[in-house]
Amino acid sequence: MNIPYTVEERPDTGLANGKLGIWLFLASEVMLFGALFSTYIILRVGATEWPHGELNIPLGAINTVILISSSVTMVMAWASLKMNEWGKHRLYLLATFVLAAVFLVNKYFEYSAHFATGEGPWHSTFLAIYFTMTGLHGLHILGGMIVMAYFLGPGAKLWKTNPDQFANRIEYTGLYWHFVDLVWIFLFPVLYLL
Amino acid sequence: MDKSATHHPTVAHPHVEHAHEELGFWRTYVFSVDHKWIGIQYAVTGLLFLLFGFTLMMLMRWQLAYPGRPIPLIGGLFGQDKAPGGIMLPEFYNQLGAMHGTIMVFMGVVPLAVGGFGNFVLPLQIGAPDMAFPKINMMSYWAYFLGGVTMLASFFMPGGAAQSGWTSYPPLSVINQGQQTMWLIGMMFLITSSLLGSLNFITTTVQLRAKGLSWMRLPFFVWAQFVTSFLLLLAFPPLEAAGILQLMDKVAGTSFFMPSGLVVSNRIVTSMTGIAQGSVASGGGNPLLWQHLFWFLAHPEVYVLILPAMGIVSEIIANNTRKPLWGYRALVYSLVFLGFMSFIVWAHHMFMTGMGTTMSAFFQTTTMIISIPSVVILTALLMSLVGASIRFTTPMLFALAFLPMFGIGGLTGLPLGLAPSDIHLHDTYYVIGHFHYVVAPGTIFALFGGVYYWFPKATGRKMNDLLGQLHFWGSLVAINLVFFPMFIEGLAGMNRRMYDGGAQFAHTKSVLYWNVVQGYAAWALGLFQLFFIVNFFMSIKWGKAVDRNPWEATTLEWAAPSPPPHGNFLTEPIAYRAPYEYSVPGAAKDFTPQFEPERA
Repeated sequence: MNIPYTVEERPDTGLANGKLGIWLFLASEVMLFGALFSTYIILRVGATEWPHGELNIPLGAINTVILISSSVTMVMAWASLKMNEWGKHRLYLLATFVLAAVFLVNKYFEYSAHFATGEGPWHSTFLAIYFTMTGLHGLHILGGMIVMAYFLGPGAKLWKTNPDQFANRIEYTGLYWHFVDLVWIFLFPVLYLL
Repeated sequence: MDKSATHHPTVAHPHVEHAHEELGFWRTYVFSVDHKWIGIQYAVTGLLFLLFGFTLMMLMRWQLAYPGRPIPLIGGLFGQDKAPGGIMLPEFYNQLGAMHGTIMVFMGVVPLAVGGFGNFVLPLQIGAPDMAFPKINMMSYWAYFLGGVTMLASFFMPGGAAQSGWTSYPPLSVINQGQQTMWLIGMMFLITSSLLGSLNFITTTVQLRAKGLSWMRLPFFVWAQFVTSFLLLLAFPPLEAAGILQLMDKVAGTSFFMPSGLVVSNRIVTSMTGIAQGSVASGGGNPLLWQHLFWFLAHPEVYVLILPAMGIVSEIIANNTRKPLWGYRALVYSLVFLGFMSFIVWAHHMFMTGMGTTMSAFFQTTTMIISIPSVVILTALLMSLVGASIRFTTPMLFALAFLPMFGIGGLTGLPLGLAPSDIHLHDTYYVIGHFHYVVAPGTIFALFGGVYYWFPKATGRKMNDLLGQLHFWGSLVAINLVFFPMFIEGLAGMNRRMYDGGAQFAHTKSVLYWNVVQGYAAWALGLFQLFFIVNFFMSIKWGKAVDRNPWEATTLEWAAPSPPPHGNFLTEPIAYRAPYEYSVPGAAKDFTPQFEPERA
């Protein structure tokens, strides 16, 4: 039994199943982070004072650059597939994976600096929302890395048997990855700068 | 059902054809990716949770009817920390209350209505071979299963299950002794499950409709599931966010929902966590924030409970009145509008929180607006009955009872949606009566109707009619005796969530005897469910064998064999017409199925 439109597009909707599925997933993710951003606003509006300068802005800025770069390499990984250049695809996907890992290493240094002074999420409402939002975002980075590792490893076999489907999967991974990026682009100014 | 699913004569042909696809026991019955089997897994698990949640309520009803008297027969089973000497402790009563609500809503009704009926019926009704993402579908069921196990396990852990109501309002939920953490983890699993399910339903409906099945030819049931899926997809994530925040409050010592300087039992509340044990909670949190995030889910959730039920009832009514549904387009537009509006009415649960009159005015206005499409739907279904020669089959009885029961539930909601009258009724048994009329004799009756209606499709056999009638009439009388007195109690001012059923208040003295009546009615209701249970299992084996279209229905699922094989249809189904072409003038028979080609 075959499910129709797993690879090819349905003519009247112009969509393959996976494309619609990933967009719906991202819609629900928007609601998840939307609720957290709303929480941030409500807590901050209700606070008598709000701390500034507690976070490492240069490190945060570097991480922003890293994630934006990783979005570019992610697009290139997909475009290389479309141009049928397998070697380049591997290189770009690996680069995305490494950039994501560097992001998390930087995050580890930021976190450990806070914990070293005993100022964890319990310390203040600001740090509570900081750790919750960046922590959840970090988990999303980790999830993306697991998916990329899969397509660098065992998942890559699909390219031989069904290149179109493989290219689609990389495209969906990319859509997710851009979303994770976008969340950070909101998180950085909201938490570090404002 | 197991045997007939693979060896039913009508399945013999494709079975041989796909012999190379033969799956082992585990892949067929446990980790199945077949939407029909997943639907059955969902439905059976959901029915078991409904029974379990109902059992909790029967225990509570004993305590309400006879406060402080030992529970007969089984009182000794609960142990010293829950019911010493068989007498229920207040903490145990609170656990039962919180878990009754949680189980009924998140693990009983929704999994049965959406996971069960949606999974089984929706792909068949749109003529699809399966769901768009069969593996994700399987993961959805197992996430639900794990959530259920987590919730059940919490009863046996130190401190017992969560005790702060199904709404889990902080600060109480954060500082109480029950396993609130387990409740939150369980909810994470359930939310994941419904996310995976809903994106699958939407994709399937958009992408896998059969040839000729345009949007306005979709059966109303499909529309109902489609709109429901959007509610699940978009309303659950804020509760997930809220759950994460409350989990942080529980385990990481944050104060998202904990106000500054909170004093409980003459002591300033300290941080809950082991990391900073003993230090004063940092405070600055906002308990109302939880309520906003919670009801942002939980009001759409009400429509998640009711819309699939409306879908089921519409199918049964069209089939048993032998008429097209009255005002199909109005039904669809009302449904979509209802789904949209359900996102902007949530704070009518919060009139008493002091959030301000501007907010109250806004939310009571939207609440009055949302009642309009509900009334349109109910009216259209009532109008469908006019002039029909109704077949009073068992599913039809349940569908007919749904209309007035949901009507009572809906109309009694209006005084709650208006801030001034809500002040008097808030947190009384009136509220309990209101939403139970919507969900119990409303939705659950519709779900029973659905079980009787689609049982032949799932098993190839009909359920017994006599047992079905006994189940229906007994349940109808008993359930009304449970819930109608709640309006009387509530108007008299009896508060909900009272461990002693309100006996400590002078002003409820005159209505206390209803608690005894309700107790007997609840236990009778339990007895009448035995007819259903016996009927269900007996009919799997000995029910009257039927062909593919026993109800002479028109929608696409009846084109598939009963039970349908893996992949569903033997030939590609094509929809030639609207879904409810009953009693077409000039036609040879009183139903013209969607899948029947035009005669040349």
